[in-house]
Amino acid sequence: MTPARPKVARRSLAKSPTGIQGLDEVTGGGLPKGRVTLLCGSAGCGKSLLAMEFLVHGAVRYGEPGVCMDFEETEEKLRDNVASLGFDLRDLAKRKKLLVDYVAVERHEIAETGEYNLEGLFIRLGHAVKAIKAKRVVLDSIEALFSGLTDSTTLRAELRRLFQWLEEHKLTAVVTGEAGEHTLTRHGLEEYIADCVISLDHRVTEEISTRRLRIVKYRGTSHGTDEYPFLIDREGISVVPLSSLALDHKALTDRVSTGIPTLDEMMEGKGFFRGSSVLVSGTAGTGKSSLAANFASAACARGEECLYFAFEESPSQILRNMRSVGLDLERWVRKRLLHFHAMRPTSSGLEGHLATIHKMIAKVRPRVVVIDPITNLISASGTYDVKSMLMRLVDFLKVEQITSMFTNLTFAGDPHEGTAAGVSSLMDAWIVLRDSKPNGRPRRELYVLKSRGMAHSREPRELIVSERGIELGVVLTDHTLGTTVAGPSAVKFVK
Amino acid sequence: MKKSTPRKRRPAKTSRKDFYRLRLYIAGQTPNSVVAIANLKKICEDKLRGKYVIEVVDLLEKPQLAKGDQIIAIPTLVRRLPPPVKKIIGNLSKTESVIVGLDLQPLR
Repeated sequence: MTPARPKVARRSLAKSPTGIQGLDEVTGGGLPKGRVTLLCGSAGCGKSLLAMEFLVHGAVRYGEPGVCMDFEETEEKLRDNVASLGFDLRDLAKRKKLLVDYVAVERHEIAETGEYNLEGLFIRLGHAVKAIKAKRVVLDSIEALFSGLTDSTTLRAELRRLFQWLEEHKLTAVVTGEAGEHTLTRHGLEEYIADCVISLDHRVTEEISTRRLRIVKYRGTSHGTDEYPFLIDREGISVVPLSSLALDHKALTDRVSTGIPTLDEMMEGKGFFRGSSVLVSGTAGTGKSSLAANFASAACARGEECLYFAFEESPSQILRNMRSVGLDLERWVRKRLLHFHAMRPTSSGLEGHLATIHKMIAKVRPRVVVIDPITNLISASGTYDVKSMLMRLVDFLKVEQITSMFTNLTFAGDPHEGTAAGVSSLMDAWIVLRDSKPNGRPRRELYVLKSRGMAHSREPRELIVSERGIELGVVLTDHTLGTTVAGPSAVKFVK
Repeated sequence: MKKSTPRKRRPAKTSRKDFYRLRLYIAGQTPNSVVAIANLKKICEDKLRGKYVIEVVDLLEKPQLAKGDQIIAIPTLVRRLPPPVKKIIGNLSKTESVIVGLDLQPLR
């Protein structure tokens, strides 16, 4: 028998939810309850907003009143900032849910004449906490003290005492700090904070702004080392909880139609696997969007919701174009099965787009997603690793069991190698469209380059787009290549 | 010990202009508070005899007063009169700094 080992209780750390979309997912439930979290980043990275949202959501949604000691902004300014997110600080204060105390630290006002401590700050904080029975505290940014007080030995000792005080009073606190040149914060606040450190980053590359969040440290919680893109919009912050941690999504066996019976035939007569990701690549004008629209329409016909991200054309343009090839998408829009979301590729960086995509998916909860085209997303990316970002998006879609189609524009003479950043390796199926001109007669061809987990036809077929819709011609063998192609009635897929 | 109560030492013939109204913020009877009170009394008697009033505010008793004067450090001395308002922190043991910080004119 093995000797009995002392049992160590594996108590999971209590968390305080932030209420910020995505952040609670990547932190496994929120910030450590009753502990101090350091939030660091350069000016304008969104740390004050994040801290404030933590406080407001705590007060409004989770019944945890909060106190904000603001060293930078006056109550009035802060009130305006929070009002833009749709929260009324004055009302929250009246209902004893949230108090703001503006702490002015101005060096030229203060002469130091001997020993002192920061008891005044403690008393103010204690008074506010007691007044509304606060459970949450934000100190934004406590580093202002360093510019106001010269005795850094005293200051550091007092900061240590302050953080201890917060923990003794079981307050969940967020402390913000400005990023330093070689350190996380200019004044090394990270030395005092053991439990949780989150870093925010805001970069502008080629006039495209990108925001990212990273969990530097979170004691007692497993967390990814990934950088998570996040958005700041009218609803505040939303973090994209795309993680490259796991590859354990369930592979589904049921199938969904491509929307084109003859294309289904090329894939065992059944179409794509549900939850798989499909790449459609091709040169300009080969019918990528038409293919995607048929796929979307088929989903709607099954009664499934489809979210269509358009990066090139407006929804009304797509509707008009599809009508011209015999596809009525408008009925699905009317039935609220088809949702368009059009964005300019240059409106934000790849991360920003991913954040939006993620947010929309969380809102609509579609079974099918179309991204048309993904090319523009890639071109909108800065220096960041496109592939890893897309991989995380694809993983997310798979985990959610959403069948997704990505179109990708390639350039003539390079029909598939032009697929940027090896996106294709992330995809389960890959359909290639191309132009060819045998005997001077132009035509479009389609073939299934790969389709994981199924026997599929590899032969190219003619793609016929007419006002009657999309159809595929016969297999273009060496014999038929360059010769006349029979109509769809002649199609018979032979394995 | 009396706290939070103004200790008035105001003789009749002082003009308003060079009258000093000082408020010392402390938090309980800590060594620094005691030292600060003693130092302040001494400096005032030396430099401002007959022209000052000291008010000691103990924030442990009146925490709500900390916000108004933007008190962070303890002890903090606020010169409320004459204007402008001046603020110095510490136990007031560096007499020269106190004199400079409060902008005290020597007795004429």
